[in-house]
Amino acid sequence: MTVAEQTSSSLAQRVAAAKKRLDEHTREIVQWHFDPKTGCPFWLDYASKLSWDPRREVNCYDDLGKFEPFEDEWLRGGPVRQWVPKGLADRPVFVFETGGSTGVPKARINIDDFRIDYELFSESLSDECFPKGTDWLMLGPSGPRRLRLAVEHLCQHRGGICFTVDMDPRWVVKLIKSGRMDLMYEYRDHVVNQGLTLLRAHENIQCLFTTPKLLEALCDRVSLKRMGIKGVFCGGTQLTAQFHRFAREELLEGAIDFVPTYGNTLMGLACHKPFDPVDNYSIIYHAPSPRAMMEVVDPDNTDQLAEYGALGRTRLTTLTKEFFLPRFLERDEGVRCPPCDRWPWDGIADVRPFSGFAKPIVEGVY
Amino acid sequence: MLHIPALRFGKAYTSVGHTTLLHHATGEPVAEVSQVNVGMIVRDVHRMDDTVLESLTVREILSMAKKAADLFMTGRLPCGNETQSFDDYIRQISATTGMPVSYCRSNADKIRRVLADMDVIIAGLTRGFDLDIIDKGYGTHEGRSLSFFREGRVFGAVLPSNSPGVHGLWLPAIALKAPIVLKPGREEPWTPLRIIESLVAAGLPREAFGFYPTDHAGAGELLRSTNRSMLFGGSATTDPWKHDPRVEIHGPGYSKIILGDDLADDWSRHLDLIATSIAANGGRSCINASAVWTPRHGQAIAEALAKRFADVEALPVDDPNASVAAFANRAMAESMSAVIDNDLRVNGATDITEQLRGSSRLVQHGRIAYLLPTAVWCEDREHPLVNREFLFPFASVVECPTADMADAIGPSLVVSAITNDAALRRSLMASTNIDRLNVGAIPTWQLSWDQPHEGNLFEHLYRQRAFQTESAA
Repeated sequence: MTVAEQTSSSLAQRVAAAKKRLDEHTREIVQWHFDPKTGCPFWLDYASKLSWDPRREVNCYDDLGKFEPFEDEWLRGGPVRQWVPKGLADRPVFVFETGGSTGVPKARINIDDFRIDYELFSESLSDECFPKGTDWLMLGPSGPRRLRLAVEHLCQHRGGICFTVDMDPRWVVKLIKSGRMDLMYEYRDHVVNQGLTLLRAHENIQCLFTTPKLLEALCDRVSLKRMGIKGVFCGGTQLTAQFHRFAREELLEGAIDFVPTYGNTLMGLACHKPFDPVDNYSIIYHAPSPRAMMEVVDPDNTDQLAEYGALGRTRLTTLTKEFFLPRFLERDEGVRCPPCDRWPWDGIADVRPFSGFAKPIVEGVY
Repeated sequence: MLHIPALRFGKAYTSVGHTTLLHHATGEPVAEVSQVNVGMIVRDVHRMDDTVLESLTVREILSMAKKAADLFMTGRLPCGNETQSFDDYIRQISATTGMPVSYCRSNADKIRRVLADMDVIIAGLTRGFDLDIIDKGYGTHEGRSLSFFREGRVFGAVLPSNSPGVHGLWLPAIALKAPIVLKPGREEPWTPLRIIESLVAAGLPREAFGFYPTDHAGAGELLRSTNRSMLFGGSATTDPWKHDPRVEIHGPGYSKIILGDDLADDWSRHLDLIATSIAANGGRSCINASAVWTPRHGQAIAEALAKRFADVEALPVDDPNASVAAFANRAMAESMSAVIDNDLRVNGATDITEQLRGSSRLVQHGRIAYLLPTAVWCEDREHPLVNREFLFPFASVVECPTADMADAIGPSLVVSAITNDAALRRSLMASTNIDRLNVGAIPTWQLSWDQPHEGNLFEHLYRQRAFQTESAA
């Protein structure tokens, strides 16, 4: 057996093992959410109107195809307690909202998920570039967003203290939609100025979370390398391959680790395939299976996965004891990528807003 | 395949993302064009050496521009990963824009002329003061002290794809020593790139040029990050910038031919001039007339124009008789034609050309479409088609008492007023609606290059200051 065959065989084995784990996890989570003792009112009520019993008929991940795609309208408005599983009723509950660029924001309850997701993500960060015990600056959206608390938890989990600023992305979207770009830039500079003040005042800040636009604005003013930053964790809006290259080579001067992420309140946080020049700066994300799956489906037949290498719409599934979200069609699209050694399940590259909508959505350009 | 990179401080940069330019008729790829991210433009503009041209005198730059005029027309110049002859350039521009080859050549000649005669243009913009004043910052002109400083430290331009001749408008900024940052039109990277390479081959420093193919958001950042700029586009593109003094707008022209009471009865003598004002250059310029205002004979004028236009055919770009451009984006032509049809449903307007031609103005050939020249007779000057402008030869003809014309015509880039009537001339001279006024039988497209076009670029880039210096004892 050649090395290539061995590698391929070992990847195939890992893919099979990951699939088995996903199937087992799916069964466990569906049992939990549809058990009258542990499930939440929403799913118990939903099941009572079905002609089939999810606890009997969902035996593997693919069986989730028996559910209609999750509708985000269900998450807009109350009662929010309908989402709290009875099995977790005695726990303190957070509510996190999505960006809110389109009407009433989607709300998702959270208990420990954000901590678990970011602790898992922490394992993918290098200790050299995100040194343990150093402090962080969270220069990104605040308010009712999961990201704000999650980054702080990530920092604390790695032994650091997290500095934050106020930033309201809904105000930014409003300014852009109404064409008040001068105010938008003034607000951006206000946010960046606060970040710079913190960076200058606290020498132990060596790690940064920020969004692509804020990173550009920050690096237009200072050299993060000279300010002692070692790692940048970046997300919140679309990241193109060209931006990825620009950030690595120029904004971060080839000296600071750049970790792009794709995440949202509904799914959690995806990890990106480690940087490999062969990928030509494409950012390839893999969902945190089995807690969530991110698939690429044919936009015209969303029951069908896209071919590898083909563009399709993103479909999310979240499978935790706090939250069950089957087959939700995201407002994003991307290219389906094969499993890799580190994450032996499908990935998605070049994520961007879904082009199939009639009107472009104003992304939070924060 | 030919790849056109961005130019950062004059140096080629191949980005990860690119667009592919297709041949308008065959759909074959012609070139890939690197697309830069928005943040790169801002970063580069802020790092550009805004004094890079200060080591040259204006006269030296003018002499290099003269040399560049020849190189533009005859040189084999770098074009991405290949080199490009003049004939290659003409072929490429026609291929990706659908513009007839003959028009590409005549537009190229406009660029040559701007480069070769830039001294005349600069003299027009500066009203002939000694150009040493720009080099030194101060001096004397007609016995008075004059001093200027350059506010346009880096000059940006967001360029169109509609007609190569418009590139003559930003070119004088070079002679005025402003480094340039350009965002080319999507289908027309060819002309600005060839101009840059001609100027560099003529001796100008590469670092003075930025060339950033990018998207709509990138265009906005270019306008925001440069402190003086020029923007070309339709009203949807230009409206958000119309109150920003840093941006000189080149939007729709709504140019017009006006006939006075005294000469309206002689309209047939001026029919050639009217028709060419509408249809020259494929009707693609803001200096093409899009309306004819006359006190009488409106319907007859519209009929006579229609008769001429009805014979025009949709011909391939390399046919020497081709006179209308092809639309590579068929949907764009369909949508323009639909807008006209929709407005024609409002009573009081007739597309006479279509009646005479007996077929639609919209012609589809395979993947492309053409819009044939169109003359519309409007009975009422409030009709929605009276003040419309499209990217093909289109004009409305409307009657209006000459006493009302100056106010009623609305904003007009060029007005050619065929009249000797002193009262009408006076009212047009006084009108704030008109940017360029031609009095007499002058086609709207005939420009005098020694006069500013839609704003004075020198005044856009420079500001006069009071200056005193203690005389040497």
